[in-house]
Amino acid sequence: MLKSTGIPTVADLAEVLPTEERLAKGPVAIIECFQRIPCNPCATACRQDAIRPFADINDRPQIDWDQCNGCALCVANCPGLAIFVVDMTYSETEALLKLPYELLPLPQPGEVVTALNRAGEPVGKGRVIRVQNPPTFERTAIVHLAVPRELAQEVRNIMVEGETDGTR
Amino acid sequence: MINTQIAVIGGGPAGLRAAVAAAQLGAQVLLLDESDHLGGQLIKQTHKFFGSQQQFAGSRGIAIAKKLEAAARSQENIAILQEATVLGIYEDGVLLAEHKGRVIKVRAQRIIVAVGACERMLAFPNNDLPGVYGAGAVQTLMNVHGVRPGRRVLMVGAGNIGLIVTYQLLQAGVEVAAIVEAAPTIGGYLVHAAKVRRAGVPIYTSHTIKEAHGEEAVEGATIWQLDANRQPVAGTERHFAVDVICLAVGLSPLSDLLWQAGCQMKYVPELGGTVAVRDAHLCTSNPRIYVAGDVAGVEEASSAMVEGQLAGLSAALSLGLGGKEAQEQLAEAKAQLSALRAGPVGEKIRAGLAWVEKGVTADA
Amino acid sequence: MRITDHPILQFEKGPKVTFTFDGQQLEGYEGEPIAAALHAAGIRTLSHSHVKKRPRGFFCAIGACSSCLMTVDGVPNVRVCVEKLRAGMRVETQQGKGVLR
Ligand SMILES: Cc1cc2nc3c(=O)[nH]c(=O)nc-3n(C[C@H](O)[C@H](O)[C@H](O)COP(=O)(O)OP(=O)(O)OC[C@H]3O[C@@H](n4cnc5c(N)ncnc54)[C@H](O)[C@@H]3O)c2cc1C
Ligand code: SF4
Ligand code: SF4
Ligand code: FES
Repeated sequence: MLKSTGIPTVADLAEVLPTEERLAKGPVAIIECFQRIPCNPCATACRQDAIRPFADINDRPQIDWDQCNGCALCVANCPGLAIFVVDMTYSETEALLKLPYELLPLPQPGEVVTALNRAGEPVGKGRVIRVQNPPTFERTAIVHLAVPRELAQEVRNIMVEGETDGTR
Repeated sequence: MINTQIAVIGGGPAGLRAAVAAAQLGAQVLLLDESDHLGGQLIKQTHKFFGSQQQFAGSRGIAIAKKLEAAARSQENIAILQEATVLGIYEDGVLLAEHKGRVIKVRAQRIIVAVGACERMLAFPNNDLPGVYGAGAVQTLMNVHGVRPGRRVLMVGAGNIGLIVTYQLLQAGVEVAAIVEAAPTIGGYLVHAAKVRRAGVPIYTSHTIKEAHGEEAVEGATIWQLDANRQPVAGTERHFAVDVICLAVGLSPLSDLLWQAGCQMKYVPELGGTVAVRDAHLCTSNPRIYVAGDVAGVEEASSAMVEGQLAGLSAALSLGLGGKEAQEQLAEAKAQLSALRAGPVGEKIRAGLAWVEKGVTADA
Repeated sequence: MRITDHPILQFEKGPKVTFTFDGQQLEGYEGEPIAAALHAAGIRTLSHSHVKKRPRGFFCAIGACSSCLMTVDGVPNVRVCVEKLRAGMRVETQQGKGVLR
């Protein structure tokens, strides 16, 4: 259970995953923020008004998936690094993920990295398509990662070779 | 003797905001801090902060420290004295401080105490070995001075500090073998927990450290499981080869100065330890002395800033400064505080505050 | 043990200086705490407890716990976690409680 392991369960995730129908339409944000905490930058960052303004700052984010265009502004602004964009329309075989990433080294476009699940376990490989790291993101980079479609809701982190050289 | 209207002790988020709020109402303010930097705990915080825009949410702690410092430095009526440790507060409103080897005296009409909190220790065999470090020390070493505390760390405590420092260790290129937490659930924000979990750091809830190993310094640690009554279960030991054991087992308000000044004190576990009894405007039982931030109850930088503002405003108002606008700012600060504390994570704080707020100004 | 690349931070350091630790020549950066320079050089034992002579390192790193007392340029009981490094400093493991002169 999430409160004792730090890993959201299938039931937790069921609450925050968009419908298959919506996923088939294009990129969309998935907000894995399961606890009422005093925090709201996701809502203030979204320019599409997809994340509803918080009545109480402790509210959990409520997203209107039809308004969301998958721009990932909220991904870079969430201090909890709890938001991910998933695009199931990327290709026949691959989905595109936009993941927040704050470790070194940053991967390079074209690089193949190890894809990790929510427990940090390797579940396959991912191809880095693009890395966004403009000053406005204040050093939370967004890694665009192509992964096999069946891993789209599994992969939430990456391990870049050399990243842990000498220490791990 | 230095004379000032308001003396603020501590230049963390609470003290800086208090100084600015009071100065904006025209008060002459002296801010004293014992370190050689301003920003308190914030200068070690590399992560982005929670809260709302009013508390700079989404900015990193280090960036917030710079903004608060700049605001204080731009006020002409704030004098700042760094490397000045306040040693005592006396009946006549005089405080004594040690400043670069000399003792100085300050006479102030109002004193705002914003000295923060200190780390707790944990008892276990060999906890005195080099390599057993407080989480704050680990942060200072790696985030302020750029030195890794070691190669592989065992983190004790899964509150926000344990989770955040774990993440900061990973960012500094240090491996974290595991996080152990005595409680059956993770105390910190679950988004922080999820972040370190997906980086591969296991979290052992209902576990504690049994002992540290090593002759000259830490070479390893053994943890074991706790049963429902928090008693260790023999046979559940697990060993980790680590060279650092980092303790993140909570903070206690630095209440010494308030005790010494004779303020009415109360032990309130929900607020982290012994705190001064005060009214809703953060005025203690001594009408000259106000409190704000972690020393008033261990909480967050966001609430520390708003408390600072509240204490600064009310201290200045009590000197006859400020007008209707100041009253409005005061009401706004109180509303922000209640909003921050309204949710489930604020429940503990609300319970604690019920014990210490005298409610002298019940209408406000 | 020095961090060279960090995803968030840049470290501004003073000039590189040399100092001695129990006679051994070491390098550090001027203005950083002596304990940081020692730690970067892999030295973690700073003192020994008075009775049982158990090794001690730093604990709080902000000058609040007295776990890091050493003799610096002949002066005993210096908290090396907050004392700033200067060129040519003589840092020594302290024997006993130190004598005030
Ligand atoms: C690892 C970690 C992560 C955190 N993450 C968050 C977060 O995400 N969001 C959040 O809102 N909060 C967070 N916090 C909490 C936040 O940092 C503190 O609540 C906040 O700094 C408290 O502010 P303060 O001004 O009361 O005290 P401090 O920041 O501790 O400042 C106290 C100041 O007083 C000075 N001082 C002490 N004694 C004296 C004396 N006798 N004389 C003169 N000066 C003195 C000190 O030098 C210091 O500068 C975190 C804390 C830690 C440790
Ligand atoms: S991805 Fe863009 S549009 Fe969608 S919720 Fe986030 S900020 Fe709004
Ligand atoms: S910004 Fe992130 S952590 Fe904060 S409420 Fe939104 S999703 Fe949750
Ligand atoms: S480590 Fe605590 S005083 Fe130096």
